[in-house]
Amino acid sequence: MDALKRYFRSPAAVIGLILLLIVIAMAISAGWLYPRDPLSLAGRPLIWPFASPRFLLGTDNSGRDIAAQIFYGARISLLIGGVATAIAILIGILVGAFAGYYGGWVDNILMRITDAFQTLPNFVLLLVLVAVFGSTLTTVTIAVGIVSWPAPARLTRAEFLSLRNREFVQAGRTLGMRDVKIILGEILPNALPPVIVYASVVMAVAILLESALAFLRLSDPNVASWGNLIGLGRDVLRVQWYVSAIPGIAILATVLAVSLVGQGLNDALNPRLKSR
Amino acid sequence: MRILSLAGRRLAASIPTLFLILIGVFLLLQMAPGDTVDALMAQMGGGDAATARELRKFYGLDLSIPAQLANYLWHLVRLDLGFSSIYGKPVASVILERLPPTILLMTASLSFAFFFGLVFGVIAARGVNRWPDTLISTLGLIFYATPSFWFGLMAIVVFSVYLQWLPPGGFEDIGTVQTGIWRVLDIASHLVLPTLTLGLIFLAIYLRIMRASMLEVLNLDFVRTARAKGLDETHVVTRHVLRNALLPMVTLIGLQAGTMLGGSVVVESVFSLPGLGRLAYESVVQRDLNTLLGIVFVSALLVIVVNFVTDLLYARLDPRISADS
Amino acid sequence: MSDAILSLEHLSVRLPEGADRPYALSDVSLSIASNEILCVVGESGSGKSMMANAIMRLLPNEVRIEHGRMLFEDRDLCAADVAEMREVRGAGIAMIFQEPMTALNPLRTIGDQIGEMFSIHTELSNAEINARVLALLADVRIPDPKLAAKAYPHELSGGQRQRAMIAMALALDPKLLIADEPTTALDVTTQAQILKLIRDLQQRKQTAVLFITHDFGVVAEIADRVVVMQHGRIVEQGTAGEVLNQPTHPYTKQLIAAVPPLKAPPPRPLSSQNILTISNVSKTYRTGGFLGRGARITAAVRDASLELPKGATLGIVGESGSGKSTLARCIVRLIDPDTGSIVLNGKDWAKLSREEVRRETRHIQMVFQDPFASLNPRRKAAELVAQGPIVHGTPRATAIAEARKLFELVGLDPSAGDRYPHEFSGGQRQRIGLARALALKPEVLVADEPVSALDVSVQAQVLKLLADLRQRLGLSIIFITHDLRVAAQICDLVAVMKDGAVVEHGVAAEVFGNPQHPYTPALLDSIPGGEFAREHETVSM
Repeated sequence: MDALKRYFRSPAAVIGLILLLIVIAMAISAGWLYPRDPLSLAGRPLIWPFASPRFLLGTDNSGRDIAAQIFYGARISLLIGGVATAIAILIGILVGAFAGYYGGWVDNILMRITDAFQTLPNFVLLLVLVAVFGSTLTTVTIAVGIVSWPAPARLTRAEFLSLRNREFVQAGRTLGMRDVKIILGEILPNALPPVIVYASVVMAVAILLESALAFLRLSDPNVASWGNLIGLGRDVLRVQWYVSAIPGIAILATVLAVSLVGQGLNDALNPRLKSR
Repeated sequence: MRILSLAGRRLAASIPTLFLILIGVFLLLQMAPGDTVDALMAQMGGGDAATARELRKFYGLDLSIPAQLANYLWHLVRLDLGFSSIYGKPVASVILERLPPTILLMTASLSFAFFFGLVFGVIAARGVNRWPDTLISTLGLIFYATPSFWFGLMAIVVFSVYLQWLPPGGFEDIGTVQTGIWRVLDIASHLVLPTLTLGLIFLAIYLRIMRASMLEVLNLDFVRTARAKGLDETHVVTRHVLRNALLPMVTLIGLQAGTMLGGSVVVESVFSLPGLGRLAYESVVQRDLNTLLGIVFVSALLVIVVNFVTDLLYARLDPRISADS
Repeated sequence: MSDAILSLEHLSVRLPEGADRPYALSDVSLSIASNEILCVVGESGSGKSMMANAIMRLLPNEVRIEHGRMLFEDRDLCAADVAEMREVRGAGIAMIFQEPMTALNPLRTIGDQIGEMFSIHTELSNAEINARVLALLADVRIPDPKLAAKAYPHELSGGQRQRAMIAMALALDPKLLIADEPTTALDVTTQAQILKLIRDLQQRKQTAVLFITHDFGVVAEIADRVVVMQHGRIVEQGTAGEVLNQPTHPYTKQLIAAVPPLKAPPPRPLSSQNILTISNVSKTYRTGGFLGRGARITAAVRDASLELPKGATLGIVGESGSGKSTLARCIVRLIDPDTGSIVLNGKDWAKLSREEVRRETRHIQMVFQDPFASLNPRRKAAELVAQGPIVHGTPRATAIAEARKLFELVGLDPSAGDRYPHEFSGGQRQRIGLARALALKPEVLVADEPVSALDVSVQAQVLKLLADLRQRLGLSIIFITHDLRVAAQICDLVAVMKDGAVVEHGVAAEVFGNPQHPYTPALLDSIPGGEFAREHETVSM
């Protein structure tokens, strides 16, 4: 309750939440506001924004409604961002918890693998995964999740390392608890808040990664995604720059919203840091 | 000596990591639809099955996967990364040609991000919760949320199309042959926008970390000691806080090296820079898997080298890092 | 007082909104003369450290001086501007702190940091500064000053670091030295040396010292005059003799009564039957090294053999790093010993498998040191206490009901079970920890420094509870502590550990009265305020 109150006391966190709710509302209302396929031909190509009442944000080079693509794009970004983050955080917690709690050779092996993932530039690995498994919505989402897990794993491991020798965990052991119960019941609830907060960073990066991939035309071409639209607009950048500009602002706003919410959560959960 | 042996140990520890990456990616690429020969045949405009078999034999693709892997690693030890059928020359030389622009771009972006991140971080921390801090922190958040490729495109629209101050892409002006200082200036002018584009997000990260780290260190006991000595605030910061606050920044360089290299894929594509990143993109599009594997190797190597240098730097800054920890 | 170096007049320091009280200091008046040591004593939260920071004008931003004057050399420090304050700090008034490790910049050498005093306040050349630094380090009796000047803080021991801090503080011969709990973080033998050093230097240089402490032993050792503080107010002040021997204010009386005396109570009859027998237990740690080369081997516990008679309390005393905590953790098998046997009820604990330990663990339970870290912050108090029985198969409802009964046993309100740990005070948390250990009805209780983190008055209450429970439940206790006074009070038997080995053990009165190993008297002599500690009257347990 206190945390909630603290959250709403920060204007930045509230702005972030409002922005995020707007993006979510766009994703939900897309089908209802624009019942037609956003990738179908809608009118004359390259109408400037506000020039036609039918196309508030204009049309792109192949005559598709930009506004419709922005609304549907919100779905894709949130979907990929959300699912990929869930994958990354889940793997991260699993790896981090085992490595941090057991230490020794388990830790050694798991951290070597984490090292390997962190040494290889994540975008290059993403390219390799897409090259191998193709660029459907599903494969891209999973690929983004797979390249994003090492950081949450390290964070979870660090939390576990500092918590596992805390006296209340030792007390659990002297009471005769099993490892699983100690990991899940005693350590994890205490290790989770920073990891949850970090999920916002993972989600922001996931959205940026997917949009970059789409911009390079390596993501699913059959869905209306913001990155796809920016890539398309690049061909007419010199004059009709708005085709690229508008979806870019949508990405910026979404990533900003996610970051602000994450920071707000962090300050609300760690009040000590906020006062500094 | 202490520092060298420490960093050397870390370097040695990264060799298994490198092999892990290579083996992992090699096996991964076996699952890819089509191989080098398919790509080559497509390049040549088709061919019969006999030619394909011949070619596979020539490239050693008819062997079992473990044998191919052993083959690859054996060649690698002799710095032979294989042959790129698309470019028609050894992968090593293709990569070597493309390396300088990427290294130049990364160095420039890193310096830009580190320097301004440091300065802005210090300014923000000194005026915490006052307007300079609010302004800098807000800008930092916005920079962090900006997709780099989009920023690059918009920068091209503003600075190249409308203002016509800077070239929209390329590494140097190929129309006119230039030498000496003029060539340097020409390349520099081509690199301004890519550097800003790639550096922006890192600037945001560095300034945030520097700010947080400054605030953290300002709260430590020895800062109170320094004040109790009668030191003024400026000297408290320069003599006691700064070096301590720099430590997380240095760690971050190593951690972010991979991300930065990944970011250069996108930025080089936006500005048509003939670098390693663009090569990675091209090799995916053209299914030149040999080159892609070579790039994986070289970029991992680059990250390891950057981490080696950061280790050296860190150990120089922090006397507590000893050879046996 | 005519020769007062510093006098505080009606000083009030305001805390920010939302703090637990409106004023950190209210209406504090005191003065310190040259060549005297004034001890400010109080428990945590009494405002004694805040006073030190107020004098230096180094209060946190939200905290401000609301009222009063601080006269130092005819100047009111409350009215001094920033530049004036900078001149006073270091040169006029210097300060040393509790934790010398964090009070020194980890990235700069000791010599550099001491030399900075001169470069701030004087025009001396580098060569002169270097010479002065070496002389100062020699003054505080650091072995090999040249080496120490070049060392970084982490390369020195805790005691040496505090010596370096003292050298730094005294560099410019300040009129006043403020020492904020300078020996609290140190081992008892090191503490004795540092106290002696401060006393010697103070007498030689005629410095006035404002010495902040919570420990009446330290007061008895070093103070000329004493100020007792409670909740930001001065409740009593006077000469050391007066305050220690004829305290007038009830709070002072209570504090002094709570100080455990270094006198073993008359021995109780002990059972001839041993419940726990520890024989030849060893534990070594290997750190660093590659394939066995260059590895450092630390023997944490070396060949320790002890016996615990049924119903008795065995104290294991020693300084930090003596291996006492490792031994305690070996006994409950939080750490697996390398060799030796630990026989409890005829079963060798050292040989049990992890699974067997888990099943047998209800026979032996542990109470931990840190009342804040030892309770999971996300569970309610009753749940924490009920956890053990639940793990061992008691239905949840029964376990919770029993937990509430245990609350009464350890002196807590049974209705407090629905609260979270952070809503309790340190002493109450330690009672919860005790209830948790007792919930499994153990025969042996291993208590690892259970009262070290508590204020002295709370400490006495918890010790009393422990002694009481021992009687009522027939518990046998292993009591780990660094504080010989605490050990003297509660233990029937005492074992002294040094560098991992048990150097002496026996009946408490014997060990304290007629020590056999040379280390034991050294340890006893280091206890601050020796005479006072041995003689003063206390509440009987």
